[in-house]
Amino acid sequence: MAPFDIAVNLGAGAYYFIYLPIGFAFGFILESSGFGDSRQLAAQFYFRELRVLKVMFTAIIVAMTLIFWSTALGLLDYDMIWVNPTYLWPGIAGGLIMGVGFILGGYCPGTSLVSVATLKIDGMFFLLGLVAGVVLFGETVSYIDAFWHSSDMGTFTLPELLHLETGVVVFLVVCLALVMFIGFEWLRGRLYGSSR
Amino acid sequence: MKAIAEKLKYWNPYVGGVLLGVLLFLSFLVTSHGLGASGGVNRVAVAVEDLVIPEHIDKTPYIASMAGGDRNPLDHWIVWEVAGILLGGFVSGMLRGRVKLQTYHGPQISAHSRWGYAFVGGMLMGYGARLARGCTSSQALSGGAVLSVGSWAFMFAVFAGGYGLAWFVRRLWQPEA
Repeated sequence: MAPFDIAVNLGAGAYYFIYLPIGFAFGFILESSGFGDSRQLAAQFYFRELRVLKVMFTAIIVAMTLIFWSTALGLLDYDMIWVNPTYLWPGIAGGLIMGVGFILGGYCPGTSLVSVATLKIDGMFFLLGLVAGVVLFGETVSYIDAFWHSSDMGTFTLPELLHLETGVVVFLVVCLALVMFIGFEWLRGRLYGSSR
Repeated sequence: MKAIAEKLKYWNPYVGGVLLGVLLFLSFLVTSHGLGASGGVNRVAVAVEDLVIPEHIDKTPYIASMAGGDRNPLDHWIVWEVAGILLGGFVSGMLRGRVKLQTYHGPQISAHSRWGYAFVGGMLMGYGARLARGCTSSQALSGGAVLSVGSWAFMFAVFAGGYGLAWFVRRLWQPEA
């Protein structure tokens, strides 16, 4: 039953035969969706272009639904897959800082890579800054160690938080995404006209 | 002219989203975890540090966990995923004629000031991504799909930060009002 422990079966070969193709498809999809262009990404925050919202939430609901179905059918063992542990406040603080970085810099880490791959100079400066930022964090994390390890809730999922069946939460998330697609589109129409 | 415009066109975002969702699912199915990017950039940066100042690495616990002693920071799946992202982005750009040395910037600012903002924004992104233990790919996208509470809180924080500041820095991106 999946997930298959490919890294164990293939050893270092997993890197070339699994992660390189996965990364390739990831980069290809990001670039093809317009995510190598900072103007497309930043426009999300002015409701002018909604690509970030549409691509991201479509991907989340598709992957989530497929994971849920394949778990229900016994094809995938949910207990074996990596669920990001929740460190609530460091996550929220980091998210807010990244939001500010997003609107100033125009990219996120993954999208800056495809921007660099297509020779965008603003992407290159962003990537240099990204490197500076991660090095800065590595050098200074010892000063904020208590905060960085605070509010550790371990593996904590929305069904546990809401005391609902996973299937119900999956349905609610799909509804949330649809409401956001319609709501943001409506807002864009109000702000910029519905010419597109 | 029409052919060029057609060539530059991006995918319908819902099509891109469905494909990305299937890829994310396959990643979980085959490797037991989702997608990532910032961790790979981090490891490449640490590898360079390890070349320049190896004795410093061993004294800094967070970095030593990746490169201390005999550890090779590049010996990790995410480094290969990042290499794949670069390749895939390049091929996609080549096919559509978008591989071109240029600067994307808003109509009201120069390319040079755009570079400065890109660097500062990148730095905040790098710091924030490490603080939050993941970036838009590894936390929001991957953690969101497996319904992690922390990932959803993180995702809304990113949007809150972006939307919160957007109006104040609209000169960076918006056309003149």
